[in-house]
Formats: sequence, structure tokens, C-alpha cells
Amino acid sequence: MDILSNLAMGFSIALTPWTLMLAVIGAFVGTIIGALPGLGPSNGVALLIPISFSMGLDAISALVLLTSVYYGAMYGGRISSILLNIPGDEPAVMTTLDGYPMAKQGFASDALVISGVASFVGAFLATIALMLLAPLLVQVVYKFGPADYFALYALAFCTLGGIGSNNQAKSAMAVAIGLGTAMIGYDKTTGMPRFTFGNMHLNDGISFLVAIVGLFAVAEVFHFIESHGRDSAIGVKLGKITVDWAKLWSTRWTMLRGTVIGFAAGVLPGAGASIGSFLAYMGEKAIARDPESFGKGNPRGVAAPEAGNNAAAGGALVPMLTLGVPGSGTTAVLLALLLTLNITPGPLLFTDRPEVVWGLIAALLIANIVLLVMNVPMVKIFVHILSVPSAILLPGVTMIAFVGIYSLTGSSFDMLMMIGFGVMGYVFRKLDIPTVPVILGILLGNAMEDNLRRAMVLSDGDWTYLFSSPISVGLWLAAALGFVAPMFLRGVLKRPPVPATDSYDRD
Amino acid sequence: MKTTFKALALSAVAAFSAAGAASATECIAPANPGGGWDFTCRQIGRILQEIGVTPNLVQVTNMAGAGGGVAYSAVVADRNEDADLIVAASSATTTRLAQNAFAGATADQVRWVGAIAGDPGVIVVGKDSPYQSINDLIEAVKADPAAVSFAGGSAVGGFDHLKVLMLLNRAGFTDAKSVKYIGLDGGADAITQTVGGFTQAMTGDLSEVGGFLKSGDVRALAVLSDARVTGFDDIPTAKEQGVDLVAMNWRGLYVPKGISDDDYAKWVDALNKVAASDQWKQVMTENGLAPYTVTGADFETFVGENIAEITNISKEIGIIQ
Repeated sequence: MDILSNLAMGFSIALTPWTLMLAVIGAFVGTIIGALPGLGPSNGVALLIPISFSMGLDAISALVLLTSVYYGAMYGGRISSILLNIPGDEPAVMTTLDGYPMAKQGFASDALVISGVASFVGAFLATIALMLLAPLLVQVVYKFGPADYFALYALAFCTLGGIGSNNQAKSAMAVAIGLGTAMIGYDKTTGMPRFTFGNMHLNDGISFLVAIVGLFAVAEVFHFIESHGRDSAIGVKLGKITVDWAKLWSTRWTMLRGTVIGFAAGVLPGAGASIGSFLAYMGEKAIARDPESFGKGNPRGVAAPEAGNNAAAGGALVPMLTLGVPGSGTTAVLLALLLTLNITPGPLLFTDRPEVVWGLIAALLIANIVLLVMNVPMVKIFVHILSVPSAILLPGVTMIAFVGIYSLTGSSFDMLMMIGFGVMGYVFRKLDIPTVPVILGILLGNAMEDNLRRAMVLSDGDWTYLFSSPISVGLWLAAALGFVAPMFLRGVLKRPPVPATDSYDRD
Repeated sequence: MKTTFKALALSAVAAFSAAGAASATECIAPANPGGGWDFTCRQIGRILQEIGVTPNLVQVTNMAGAGGGVAYSAVVADRNEDADLIVAASSATTTRLAQNAFAGATADQVRWVGAIAGDPGVIVVGKDSPYQSINDLIEAVKADPAAVSFAGGSAVGGFDHLKVLMLLNRAGFTDAKSVKYIGLDGGADAITQTVGGFTQAMTGDLSEVGGFLKSGDVRALAVLSDARVTGFDDIPTAKEQGVDLVAMNWRGLYVPKGISDDDYAKWVDALNKVAASDQWKQVMTENGLAPYTVTGADFETFVGENIAEITNISKEIGIIQ
């Protein structure tokens, strides 16, 4: 009953009209930030930290405001994924795969409602899990060494085949390009710059945000210009928001599975929301009876990654609060906020500053309920923001892409790089090469390589070290299964030799 | 241009753009939020306002990239005469300058205001480790370098790595290349690897390990400061165990080169005031920082010597030619 009395204390701190108002404002602003391509949760929270201080907010109020923005951005990311085929933030990449086809087929409102509810389920359950399990889960973090992390990433890439395209070879090539791009910059193990050509801007590698905004938003703009707006992602119209209860109910187990996978991925530092939504999607596809319908507008393909990435956002708070290890970019920003408030996360935070922890947890629960209300019945408000006439939206997307990237990195070099990625995205689209695997390669490649290199340093170059712990063996078995099972199942299911293509594959 | 873009971004994002006026003092943290530079900017910025040195909130800009190199060259190239600009720096800044990691930039292209705290280096081991003193650990490395691996929060050649090498060097072990070191994303991450038993020891800053020391997950073998640190009085220094090494990760500021001597003196004065404030003392206590105030001309001399020392070590271990 400790937990209940603690939670009651948390609510007594967090549940006042003033903080509720802050939660509403934060959730609203966060949703918009998440929905705008290029402005992800981490920039959103970072931008609002100075504002919250200039408003003179106390620690709990500031936490309520900023965690509402954080969770709001996780909700908002799906809106532009579904309506524009442009992920609003990096974890929303997977939502484009089925969300946008659904919107094209006229089910935009279903996609938005299902993903909204999935976000709520994922985030809400993750917050409860955070509350119940944080002190236990911290032990899990200690169990993961470099070899285990490497196996985890290997699992992610092994299950990747055929994502976003009907051609596995093209997916593999796209991953290779992504992984290659990730190699640019300082090598952590030797401290030497690689593939930088002496250009200091490349020392830190290529930011995946630059790649995402280029490959999705800028490429979309090029495509729009070429096609004069016909058949383009920009400007999918949305009718009345109705709730298809049967469809929603049919995704209930998907949401729960996505939540579990996402939360587990979120707890591991360095994995975070992107791999959470990715593994949730892949897991769902792997166990589905109709895997070929994924990528063509399957509602479960929307529910799984959204539950996954929101659960991961909650999971990422576990190592942040208990160890001071931020599991993602956004939790790094929240960590900065706590430090500024003179709260040092670490093993003793739960016992030393219970009012902060429980106030934060109460704030998260409040933010989630506010967001569910805001994102399901009121989603039209946000859709209106995105469904302005293309004469305004097109320059708007372009401007937001440039402003977003510039405000993030402060470097004109990155803007040029973003245009380069835009051209690449446009060409890839002509060649029917999926761009999602490129992003995943850039996003996960460095962490994967770093862990491999660390494992090799620790073992003096002995490869068997990679298979030396029970966790890594389990992950390798899952990876092998994920790689082989689709080939085997394909024979069993006797798919037609020429896969059917849908209209969205050709545009 | 930058302020315009910022304002645009903010108003595009939020209806209420209440960011500071254009003339407000700006502190550049040359890294993403959450790290030491960000901490320096936010704490010094807050105290500057609280003690009335700056009328408004100091605006913190995170300019990540190239381990501080992007901010460094931006200050040198674009903001050389901006008297309202301060930039967070630490021993990582001088380490990278010494290792020529800022694309040819040198330390004399900015003015060094001062350091107002030091985060003493520390070597920790898991609670069940067989090593009881720093000498146990050093002897183990001497016996078999492959049997002892270190985790740290900086890349190879970074300050955490250099601490281990300098320590071993002073203890008479010179085969620096055989020392096993893995770089992780920050000290807390390095500790989890040590607690998990994947590495035998961890090297970092005292502020990074405080919570883990109190919770009993790790034990500190030595703190690399001149004297024992208040609040951590039971940790012996390396010096008293016979290895003469002081490695402080100082926290301080630099300003653009092109500002007037008066403006420079104004910042030195402001920083001295922060150092003397009660608020700063509290910040230091809460974060495991030791007092370490070197400002003005003394600090410029210190930076010069520090860079020369690191250049030598880095050449010894082959990180630079």
C-alpha cells in the first residue's frame, strides 16, 4: 500500500487547478511540436525549458508542464505520419508504414483514433509499470553488457526484411546505406574521425534528424513540385472523426503487446523509443496471420508502434530517474531540467526526494488523460493545422524543416545536408527503395557499432564473447528466428509469386 | 539572423513566445542538454540573475557538435566581438584543443575567464571488487593489463581515459596502449557497466558517481584531488596513497577574443562574484564539486600549461603525432 499512499501524495502535489492548466497547455503545445516535422520531443522540451523558468515555475509545475510537452509530442508525432507520410519525430517513423496507407484509403480518422488510443494505452500502462517496477527494473540495466546490446541491435536488423517495400534486397541495401552513413564521424573506440574529409561539421556524424527531415519532408516537397500536388502525400483530407469501435477493439492485444515490447526497449539505456516502436511493429508483423497486409494499411500496424513508442517514453524514465542515465534524447533534456532544479537523479532519488518522483508520476498520469481527451475527440484541431491549402502548407513545411534543423544544430552545413538527403529521398522514391531502413540504420548504427567495439576491447577480440551470456544467446536465437521464419512461412503460406502492389508503392 | 530564426521557431511552435530580449546575456553550452557544460551554463546563468549581475534570465543556447568544436569555431568566426556572450568550458575543452580536435583552432583565439569549481577525478570499482586500494588496482594492471578493463564516460583519448593513463604513468606503468578502456555515453552509463561486472573499474568525475557511492553499488579507490573532498571525506586521495596525481575536471567559462579589456574584466568580476555566492557553494556541495577558483590572468596561464601537459601525454600514448 506504500505505492498508493505515495501516489496520493504525488497527486496532492500535482493536482491543482494551476498545474492542470499547465498540463493542458503543455499537452497542446507538445502535440503541435510532435506533429510538426523536424521538431521532435527533445527540441520541444529544450525550447520550453527557458520559458518555464522565465515564468518562474516551481519544480513540480515545471515538471508537469514539460512532461506534458514530452508526452504530447509523442502523441503528436503520429498525426503528420498518418496524414502527410512525414514522421513528426523519429519514433513516429514506423507509424507512417501503415498509417499513411490507411489515410490514403479513406481511413484517416480510424488511423488517428486507433493510434491515439494506442498512445494512451502504451503511455498509461508504462507509467504504471514505472511506478511499480522502477526499483526492480534498474537491476535489468546492470545485466546488459556490450555483447547483449549488440545482440539486441542485431535482433532489430535481422527482423527488418521487406520493410516498407516488397523487395527485401532493396530494404537490405537501404539499411546498408543507413549503417554506412552512421559510420561518419568520431569513432568512439579510437577517438579518430572517420569519413569526415577534414570537415569539422562531420566530426559528430550526421544527425538522424537531418536525415529524417531531408528524406521525408524535403523529398515530399520535391515530389509535390514534380506532380503538381497530384498523388502527393501533402494535403490528405480528413472527414468527420468517427470511432469504429469494432476496429479499435480488434487491436486491443496488439496495443498490449506493443506496450510490453516498447516499455522493455525504453528501459534499456541507448535503445529508446525508436527501437521500441520498431520492435513492437516487427513483433506484431511476425505473429500476425496476415503479415503481407502490413505496410498496406493494417490498423494493427498503427496500433503496435504507437503503443510501443509511448510505452518506451515511459520506460526511458526508469534509467533516467534511478541511474541518471538518459535512455533517449528527450529524457536527456528532462535530466537537464532536473539538474537545473537541483534534483540529481540517481539510485537514491526515490528515497531522498519522493515528492519529486511521485509528483512526476502523478503529472505523467494527468498528462496522459488530458492527451487522450485532446487527441481523440479533438484531433481535428491539429489536423486543421496540417490541412491548410498546399500553397501555404508547402512553403510552411519547407520553412519548418529549415527552421527546425537550424534551431537544433545552429549550422548551415546541416541545412545543406538536409537538402542532400531530400534529393536522395526523391531519387529513392523513383527507384522504389524504402527510406525507413536508411533512417533506422543511421539511428541505431552507431550504438550497435560502439557496443560491438566495446565487446571486442573487453574480450581481446574474441568473437565468442558475443554469445557468452544467457541474455545475448536468447537475443541471438530470436534474431535468427526473425530472419529465417519469414522465408519459411512464405513457403507455408504459398504467397503469389508476384506480390501485389498498392498505389502508394508507386507514388 | 540567429535570433530571428529562434523567434520564428518559437512562434511557430508555441503561441506564447516569451523568450528573452535580443540584448539578454547568452550562455552557449557547446553540447546537448544534460551534460556538464549545460549544467555550467544553467547554474551560473541562474546565479548571475539571482545575485543581480544580469537583470534578465541568462539565455542558455545548446550548440552541440564536434565535442564543443562547433561552438568554439562559431564563437571565433561569428561572435568575436559579442560582449554579452559567455561559453561554458571544462577540461574537455582544453583536452580537445591540445589534441587538435577543433580543426586547427587554438586556445589563444578566445579569452579564458576562469574556472570556479573542479570536479575531482575518481576511480571506482564494484562493491564486491577484490581491489581495496588504488595500489591494488595498479598492481593488477602491471601484472596483466588484459585482466583489468576500465569504463569511462569519454571517448578514447578523452579526459576520463587520460586520468587512467596519467595515474598508471605516475605509478611507473608506461605501456599505455595495453590498457583496456571502453568509452560510454557518460559516467552513469560507465558505472552500470562496472556494477554489472563487464569492466573491473570505472573512471569519471566525482559528481557522476556520488549517488552510486551513497547507495553502496560502487566503492571509490581514490579521488584525484589535492586534498580530500568535503562530503566525501572517507575517500582517500591518490596522493596520500603514493601516486601523485591531481586531475580536476574544472568548470568555467571563456568569452570571445574581440571584446574590450573592460568587458573581459567585467566577466572576471562577475564570475568571482558567482564563485563567492552562497548559491554556488550550495550547488558545489550538492553536486560533488570541489572549490577550485582560478580566474583572470591566472586562469589564462593555467590553460596554457594545462594544454602543454595534455599535448605531451597525448603524444606519449600516440593519440596525436
